[in-house]
Amino acid sequence: MAAKTLYDKLWDQHLVKQRDDGTALIYIDRHLIHEVTSPQAFEGLRIANRKPWRASANIATPDHNVPTTTAERLEGINGIADAISKIQIQTLDDNCDELGITEFKIDDERQGIVHVVGPEQGATLPGMTVVCGDSHTSTHGALGALAHGIGTSEVEHVLATQCLLQRKMKNMLVRIDGDLRMGVTAKDLVLAVIGEIGTAGGTGYAIEFGGDAIRSLSVEGRMTVCNMAIEAGARAGLIAVDQKTIDYCKGRPMAPKGADWDKAAAAWLDLVSDDDAVFDHTVVIQAADIAPQVTWGSSPEMVASITDRVPEPSAETDPTRRQSIERALEYMGLHGGQLIKDIPIDKVFIGSCTNGRIEDLRAAAEVVQGQKVSNKIKLAMVVPGSGLVQKQAESEGLNTIFTDAGFEWREPGCSMCLAMNADKLEEGEHCASTSNRNFEGRQGFGGRSHLVSPAMAAAAAIAGRFVDVREMGEG
Amino acid sequence: MKAFTQHSGVVVPLDRANVDTDMIIPKQFLKSIKRTGFGPFLFDESRYLDKGEPDMDCSSRPLNEDFVLNHARYENASVLLARQNFGCGSSREHAPWALENFGFRCLIAPSFADIFFNNCFKNGILPIELDEKIVDQLFDSVNANEGYSLAVDLESQQITLPDGSTIAFEVDSFRKHCLLNGLDDIALTLEDADTISAFEEKHKQTAPWLFA
Ligand code: SF4
Repeated sequence: MAAKTLYDKLWDQHLVKQRDDGTALIYIDRHLIHEVTSPQAFEGLRIANRKPWRASANIATPDHNVPTTTAERLEGINGIADAISKIQIQTLDDNCDELGITEFKIDDERQGIVHVVGPEQGATLPGMTVVCGDSHTSTHGALGALAHGIGTSEVEHVLATQCLLQRKMKNMLVRIDGDLRMGVTAKDLVLAVIGEIGTAGGTGYAIEFGGDAIRSLSVEGRMTVCNMAIEAGARAGLIAVDQKTIDYCKGRPMAPKGADWDKAAAAWLDLVSDDDAVFDHTVVIQAADIAPQVTWGSSPEMVASITDRVPEPSAETDPTRRQSIERALEYMGLHGGQLIKDIPIDKVFIGSCTNGRIEDLRAAAEVVQGQKVSNKIKLAMVVPGSGLVQKQAESEGLNTIFTDAGFEWREPGCSMCLAMNADKLEEGEHCASTSNRNFEGRQGFGGRSHLVSPAMAAAAAIAGRFVDVREMGEG
Repeated sequence: MKAFTQHSGVVVPLDRANVDTDMIIPKQFLKSIKRTGFGPFLFDESRYLDKGEPDMDCSSRPLNEDFVLNHARYENASVLLARQNFGCGSSREHAPWALENFGFRCLIAPSFADIFFNNCFKNGILPIELDEKIVDQLFDSVNANEGYSLAVDLESQQITLPDGSTIAFEVDSFRKHCLLNGLDDIALTLEDADTISAFEEKHKQTAPWLFA
């Protein structure tokens, strides 16, 4: 039998029908739903008089639009001040109730960002195909699942048919050899990869991340890496299953139990690329070369090491790229040659589906412990990725570490990752953010986002500018 | 879905790489539970000088005269010429909805982001990938000639330039078929309902935990 990549295996296991024209019907095991990209799909279903193919394959939770202040959240959906957001969340509730779809509603402690909730509940598992009307669905690939974002028409298609029409992607391997240095995290690793291959480098590919550095990461760290595969243009990121993956899944509420568990765990261990599998493209990066990363521009590929400088546009020979750099610098209010460490910060956001899990909060709290947020910072906030992350953090006293230092401790949701709720940047403000997109206006009209790891964001909050987290406490 | 067979229209050049879907339709408009009404907010942050909010009446908002879509010579343009990696970022289908609602039927760029590319076909918009050099030439032609239009024919997979010369383009045969006929792909998939059920049965035997 021909050697297969992990992607090939997952594809083959879900292939319902291969059409002559190259498209294929792929069976979907898990469909995650949130309030923003689903209302029009449910409406479409209703207009066509269709029912969900398998209601139990769907899990929903509101996340993008939910307020994060405790005052607003105390009253559940009635506490939502923004009337339009409230309608959207109510619409999700109504659709799920009507069709018998499990939803973790706004006042449920299991509510949270859909990509944090899925793995946390064992709703997404190794070997599954997972889709959601959200590009960061790539996150779940960290478990050895084939997971990717879809548009609203496809949300409707999956609801109605439990299948997706797909064309097989190409295989790319991004191998990170050696060990990451102290203070360098999964976030820095993936930002460095995007800096290397560019935001379109993975277009048309499923990227498998491998190598020693990936194997050494925790499962949560691997989620951070796969989360940002889409930022490299790849709809799906993948990481091979190992014992860590299995240990992570064990005992989760929706994970298999008893004899099913043994059978599942044995099957999952085969979810690795065969030794002699052929990739269409391979990129190799040395882990030791990666330093903590900070984005300086308005695209995730515009990234530099903390020890570096903002690039000089004049040094770029390609005219389109030079123009992009010039434009980005103008938008960001920075100039070529400026030290990354000299970028002043106004706000700090720790959270999102990239870095809103418990290990992220622990890493940030470790830096913050016993320190104070700089008086140059107008707002520093920590937004747990889910109600259960919040609860865990509170049981460890992390919330007190943050609030003692001057951070705001919020209720779970997407929050300032995309600023659909009240949490946003004002025009011109610089933000050290643990989220995944630094697009113009992403975190608020005219806002300037710098993507960093949780530890780097915490360090920036204390210092009021970017600092090398590896030097913290040495001075 | 609206069918796409042939289309002729004025081309507007958006000379910028990596145009993301946040730029095409900013997030505040994603609160809508409808599929329509996004056209006035297309490229909102670039098109207007003030800050757009849902339900706003856009007719009296201050326009950013520097933005290409506001230039009089591109009024009624329905073909968008763009740079590489157009439509990257978020999966929001609101982006093609806004483009379609604004009046765009065809997009031309050296490359598109995957999810966006796919979403276009579901909404009667034809995204065409052309070689970077050809796109460069088109930018030059559009800039040099006011009212520059292209005629796009999906059936023959050809773009006809004003001088009568043609450019061939590639398109996936299944997507072409659906677009030409305005087909609803859910109905098409449901024709295979038995095959799906049979697969599901087999899948349940191999991995029963997926159906718990
Ligand atoms: S946290 Fe940000 S990236 Fe993640 S799902 Fe929410 S809005 Fe999208």
